[in-house]
Amino acid sequence: MTEPITVPTPQQIIEPAISGRTETMVLNMGPHHPSTHGVLRLVLELDGEVVVNLAPDVGYLHTGIEKTMESKTYQKAVVLTDRMDYLAPLSNNLCYALAVEKLLEVEIPERAQIARVLLTELQRISSHLVWLGTHALDLAAMSVFLYAFREREQILDIFELVSGARMMTSYFRIGGLAYDLPADFLPTVEQFLAIMPSRIDEYEDLLTANPLWLERTVGVGVIDAQAAIALGLTGANLRATGVAYDVRKAMPYSGYETYSFEIPIGKNGDIYDRYRVRIAEMRQSVKIAQQAAERLRELGPGPVVTPNRKVAPPPKREITESMESLIHHFKLWTEGFKPPRGDAYVSIESPRGILGCYVVSDGSPKPWRVHFRAPSFINLQSLAHMAKGRLVADLVALIASLDPVLGEVDR
Amino acid sequence: MGIEEKAGNLGIVTTTLETVVNWGRTNAMWPLLFGLACCAIEMMGAQASNYDLSRFGMELNRASPRQADLMIVAGRVSRKMAPVVRRLYDQMPEPKWVIAMGDCAACGGIFNNYAIVQGVDEVVPVDVYVAGCPPRPEALIDGIMMLHQKVMREKISGKKEAPIRLDQPLVQVK
Repeated sequence: MTEPITVPTPQQIIEPAISGRTETMVLNMGPHHPSTHGVLRLVLELDGEVVVNLAPDVGYLHTGIEKTMESKTYQKAVVLTDRMDYLAPLSNNLCYALAVEKLLEVEIPERAQIARVLLTELQRISSHLVWLGTHALDLAAMSVFLYAFREREQILDIFELVSGARMMTSYFRIGGLAYDLPADFLPTVEQFLAIMPSRIDEYEDLLTANPLWLERTVGVGVIDAQAAIALGLTGANLRATGVAYDVRKAMPYSGYETYSFEIPIGKNGDIYDRYRVRIAEMRQSVKIAQQAAERLRELGPGPVVTPNRKVAPPPKREITESMESLIHHFKLWTEGFKPPRGDAYVSIESPRGILGCYVVSDGSPKPWRVHFRAPSFINLQSLAHMAKGRLVADLVALIASLDPVLGEVDR
Repeated sequence: MGIEEKAGNLGIVTTTLETVVNWGRTNAMWPLLFGLACCAIEMMGAQASNYDLSRFGMELNRASPRQADLMIVAGRVSRKMAPVVRRLYDQMPEPKWVIAMGDCAACGGIFNNYAIVQGVDEVVPVDVYVAGCPPRPEALIDGIMMLHQKVMREKISGKKEAPIRLDQPLVQVK
């Protein structure tokens, strides 16, 4: 049995320094620092340039999202989930929608399921592109950022096509999708998926064998599988240590068990392996999205929301003909639906790791409590373990390789 | 290039000092590298290949407030972050401008709750508000061009707006 891994608090580092310790120096990094990817504050204890200890101080972006959701009806709260992990709003939408759907026990039409898989995989690519661009930017490789954002804009154009918004789409609603996919959706997606693999090759040409990139990433920020599991590390960061755990395979949702794809894994658990795993994940996402696009083409047009009128509003035309439909419409827009008393937990594989959503219902139209297991927040606690004994410059690469989104950390 | 082709061989151009100074300020306005939340991603998008903010002499984001002219508050400002935002603003040298990017920075947006400052103008004086959640890169560029117009009207003797007094509390916690 190895000794437990502890993460210090900022106070535990600052106080000895105030009371006269002079062997080591305390340095404050953030909350305004270009390489903390948002508003993360790190309190570093340094011996020269070597990190002795480190305490993350979070909460600079605390938004009260979970509390605010308690004052919204279930359907209105979808909008708030977008703004949590703002690099993957659709993954957040999906996780919350799945949890509430589990509570309501509603069935989702096939077309909506496939569209959800297709769009979340595109979201995964766009999120990894921002990670790639900013990670390379932190290590002074500016051009990768410009390449990565070129493709990201194409994905955002697809999101704009389906929902009207580039980032905060709120497109996945409880019971299905907000509205049907437009006619030119499939051609646009297929065109993008056809060029994307060659674009990933371009990024790899720039970095994979680049001596400067290897110098900064190979053997830096190593974590072994045992420590990674003990610290609750998930997503690409866990898979880089050699553990092939992916919720899409382990506990499939939205029909992932019917798609053929592999889980890319690394070996050493260093920054370079995380880079390789994420690049390979982008290729797998393209593969899944291609399968989903084929299925959508085969399936043809169909409903995209559940036929359950207690959850999804009836089409406008029905309201003029049926008294019952009018009542459903009125009840849904004035009050919202009431799930039965109980709770539901659903976890999905977001671009950052296991994203979990726990919803408790007291039988009223508003959730009694919503909690998110935010992967960024839990991944962040492994930072101290990985950074100890490394240089401050390595810490910059390390934060970027963990890919935290502070909006999700603080919520 | 440019003006010579249109106006012939101009040996001398007469103008006012104010115009020249303001023209210089608008064409090399360095923003502070300062992202808070979702809007920061769209701000990055505006600087990336498709929208290319360097057309406005703004490709250089300074990480140090001492070298920055423009603060783009991109995202929601929490009550824990508000004193930091104010300190960063105070560290920037005059003349300085602030753009509140997005609904959260402008008025709190959809987060009317205990955690979020209801508009960054409670903390720093704002020159241009850009609406949207998050605003598109085009909207941000429109806001920047609007700021340029505002700068062109300024007098070199200083900004007209009175600075916020520091002896007053920045954020009133109820």
